[in-house]
Amino acid sequence: MPTQEIQYPDPTTRVADAAASDDLPDMHGEKMVLNMGPSHPATHGVLRVVLELDGEIITKATPDIGYLHRGDEKIAENMTYTQFIPYTDRLDYLAPLANNVAYALAVEKLMGIDKALPPRCQYIRVICCELARISAHLLGLGSFAMDVGALTVFLFTFTEREKIYNLIEALTGARFTTTYTRIGGLSRDLPPGWVGQCRNFLDEVVLNIDETEKLLSRNRIFVDRTRDVGFISRADAIDFGLTGPNLRGSGVEFDMRKNHPYLVYDQLEFDIPIGSAGDCYDRYLVRIEEMRQSVRILRQCLDKIPGGADNPSKEPVDIPDGKTVLPSKYKVLTSMEELIHQFILVTQGVNALPGEIYFGAENPKGELGFYINSKGGGTPYRLKIRSPSFCNLSILSHIMPGHMVSDTVSIFGSLDFVMGECDR
Amino acid sequence: MGALDLAIKLKDRFGILISEPKEFRGEITVVLSDSDVIAEVCAFAKGTLGFDFLTDISSVDNYGSDPRWTLVYHLYGYEHHCALRLKTNVSEELSELNTVTTVWRTADWHEREIYDMMGIRFRGHPDLRRILMWEGYPYFPLRKDFPLAGKPSTMPEVAFSKRAPLEGGPFVTVAGGKDTILREPRSRDQQATVEEAVVSAKPKNPPGPMAAATEGK
Repeated sequence: MPTQEIQYPDPTTRVADAAASDDLPDMHGEKMVLNMGPSHPATHGVLRVVLELDGEIITKATPDIGYLHRGDEKIAENMTYTQFIPYTDRLDYLAPLANNVAYALAVEKLMGIDKALPPRCQYIRVICCELARISAHLLGLGSFAMDVGALTVFLFTFTEREKIYNLIEALTGARFTTTYTRIGGLSRDLPPGWVGQCRNFLDEVVLNIDETEKLLSRNRIFVDRTRDVGFISRADAIDFGLTGPNLRGSGVEFDMRKNHPYLVYDQLEFDIPIGSAGDCYDRYLVRIEEMRQSVRILRQCLDKIPGGADNPSKEPVDIPDGKTVLPSKYKVLTSMEELIHQFILVTQGVNALPGEIYFGAENPKGELGFYINSKGGGTPYRLKIRSPSFCNLSILSHIMPGHMVSDTVSIFGSLDFVMGECDR
Repeated sequence: MGALDLAIKLKDRFGILISEPKEFRGEITVVLSDSDVIAEVCAFAKGTLGFDFLTDISSVDNYGSDPRWTLVYHLYGYEHHCALRLKTNVSEELSELNTVTTVWRTADWHEREIYDMMGIRFRGHPDLRRILMWEGYPYFPLRKDFPLAGKPSTMPEVAFSKRAPLEGGPFVTVAGGKDTILREPRSRDQQATVEEAVVSAKPKNPPGPMAAATEGK
C-alpha cells in the first residue's frame, strides 16, 4: 500500500491562511482561521466551512463540499432508467418521495408520455410530493430551532414526522428509501384505509404546525437570532441561482408548481408564501406557511382523487402500455406478448428516443432538475442532476462575511440544505 | 413573448454563430458554433433578453467524435418565464472556454464542477479548483473513458497515515485486535480485581498496520 504524508493544513485551509495573512494586520487585528465541519452538528451532514475570523466576526467563509460525493451521474450512465430510481432516494434523503416523482417525470418527459399519465397516478404523485414537503420542512425547522437553542421544537416536529413515516411505510413498504415511482406509473396503488389515516394525520399536523409557530414566531431568543441575520437580497438570490423557500424568502414570487405546473397542480388551489426582508426569519416563515399550503393541497387531493379512497372502480395507476410499464405477473405467466414485454423491459429498459430534455420540479429544498441527454435505448448518455442544495450553498461565501460565528448556525439552518443532494 | 421569439432575437443579434432554434418536447435549443463568444452571448441574453437566472450548466462528453465536449447552459427569465437551452462545442485539444461567472455568479460552482468532473477549463474563472473530488486527484471521473470501477492512483488509501493520537489505548479498537469487552473486563466481570483490570487495560496490541507502514518509510 503506498503511503504518503497528508499535508496539514490541507489545501483549502492553506488558501484561507494565505489570504488571512496579507491583509492589514494592524487595522483588523490578528485573523484566525477556524475550521467548521465536516463533522459538526450544525452542518447537517458533511459540509465543511473554513471561516476566517477577526475576533468573533467572520471576514471570509470558504465552503468545502464533496465529502458525500458518490458519483451518481456516472452511475446513471451505466444502468437503465428504471434502475436509477433507487439512487434518487439518496439525493435529498429527507424527501425521497419527491425525488422519485421528479425523476420519473423527467424520464417521462423525455419519452413524451408525461401527459398520458392516468389521473389517479398524478394525484397520488402530488400526495407523495406534498407529504415529502411537510416531512422535509418539519425536519428543517426542527433542526434549525434546535441549532439556535430551542430543543422542544425538534421533539414536536419529529413526533409528526414519525406519523408521516408510518404513512409512507404503509404506502411504499419502506420508511426511508421509498423507490415508489416507476417510469409511467407507480409501484403500487394506495393501500386500503390509507386515505383515512392520511386525513387523520392532516388534522393532527395543522395543530402541531400552530404549536410550532407559537413556540418560535414570537420567541424573543429565536427572533433575535434570526431576524436581520443572513440577509439575501432579491437580486443576489436570483444571481446565485437560489430556488425554493430560500428564493421565495427573498421576495421572488416563483414556484414551479404555479409557474410551470406539472402533474395536476394547475387544478389545485394553493398560495405561494413569499418573504419581504430575505433574512433567516423570513425563510423560516415561508417554510411554516408552505406546510400549511401543503396540507391544503393534500386535503384537495384526497377529496378529488379519481377512484376514491379504495378505488372500487379500478382506476389505473400505470400507463396502459406494455412497452413502458411492467405487465402484471399473472399476465406474464399466461400470455406470450406480456412475457416478451417483461423480458425486454427488464433486460434493456424502456426505449427512449434520442434527444435531450430538462425537467425541474419544485422539491422541498428548491428546484430539483434532471437534464437527460439520450442517444436512444434504455440508458441515458448523460444525466445531470441540478441539485438545489448545491446552488443554495454557493451563496454562503457571499452572505457569511460580517456575521458573528454564532450566526453561522442560523444561516445554515435557514438555508436548509442536504449534503446527499449537494454532493451527489 | 415565447422562448422561440427570444431565440430568434438571439439569432438576429449574433447571426450565423447561432443555429436555427430547435424544439423538442416543448423546449427550445440553440447551438452556438463559436465557443469563444459564449460570455458575450450570455451577457446579451441576460441584459437584453431578460434571462436573469442560470438554472444549470452541464457538460457532455461525446467520446470518439469531434468536437469532444458539449457545454449545455440552461437559461431562464423570471420576467417572461421562458427557458432556453444554449449549447456550444469545445474540441478536446482546446478543452477551454470563457467563464460566464461575470454574467451570473451561480456559474462559479457549476464551472468548478465541470472542471472537476470532465477537465474542461474556464478562462477568467476566479477560483478554478476541484469541488467534489479532493485536491490532487489525478483523473476526471465523468469522462467516458474513465471506467465505472475507477482507476488505481498513487493517492494513499486512507486519509491519515500518521499514528492516531489514541492508537493502542484502551478505548480504541484496532482491526483484528481484541474488542472492547475483552479489553475492558471490568464492565462484565464484577469479580475481577483492580490489579487485573489495570493490567488488561494497558495497551497490549501491536501497533496497527498503518503505523507500521509509516515507521518503515
